[in-house]
Amino acid sequence: MTHLRFSHQFTMSSLASNDEVRILLRRLRERLSEFGVPEHTCASSETVLAEALNNITEHAYADQEDGPIEVSTEIGSSNVRFTLCDRGLPIPGARLPRGKPLDTDVSLEDLPEGGFGWLLIRDLTSSVIYDRDEDGNRLTLTLPTDNTV
Amino acid sequence: MDLHSTTHGTLNIVSVNAERIDASVAIQFKDAMRALTEDGPDHVVLDLGQVRFIDSSGLGAIVASMKQMGKGRKLDLAALTPDVDKVFRLTRMDSVFDIHADVSGIKMRAAG
Repeated sequence: MTHLRFSHQFTMSSLASNDEVRILLRRLRERLSEFGVPEHTCASSETVLAEALNNITEHAYADQEDGPIEVSTEIGSSNVRFTLCDRGLPIPGARLPRGKPLDTDVSLEDLPEGGFGWLLIRDLTSSVIYDRDEDGNRLTLTLPTDNTV
Repeated sequence: MDLHSTTHGTLNIVSVNAERIDASVAIQFKDAMRALTEDGPDHVVLDLGQVRFIDSSGLGAIVASMKQMGKGRKLDLAALTPDVDKVFRLTRMDSVFDIHADVSGIKMRAAG
């Protein structure tokens, strides 16, 4: 008997707007549950995808509304992998932010109101890969299903 | 954004009647918080019991809501659901707020 690394695979399309991203996230989480992905991984996936998709809406498609986004999902026995494709602007310098821990021991007015997105992505994923070609950006995010964060 | 404010003695308890605080509603959330906390008690408790999901924009909007209240005033959080709690912990923002398990306990204390 052969064990495939990924036993299920599906692709969803969306448009880069906050409201469309919300709809996509809901559909995707439902599908993950249907395929038996553990609840905590579904939750982490929703967080990671929300941050990555918000970045695409805000930055990759900074100069246009409702650009196309495609999310391919592969579900395996020990991890889930999402590949996000867009046709927007490249990530500056082709370098992914590290997501540095935030300094919370500061006065009220200096508390951070942003910088949380990459911190969450880095914390919840086991790997993040970015590729850029003539068609656009491709971000591959892998989450372990035994994640206990 | 559907927020509801009730005053209990020296406390203003603001309940979020929504499942998500995300990029779609972050600005409306911050504006609604400003309207509900501008006047009234200096101690505000944000009841997140109905909120199932929060993203970085929503988290930023909660921090901004506290900052816009100004110095000498206090914003606490209550009734965090598991996924919301996780986002606060991973970003260390749980260290910035006093977090209460539920609102009933804090209401009783406010009533003295």
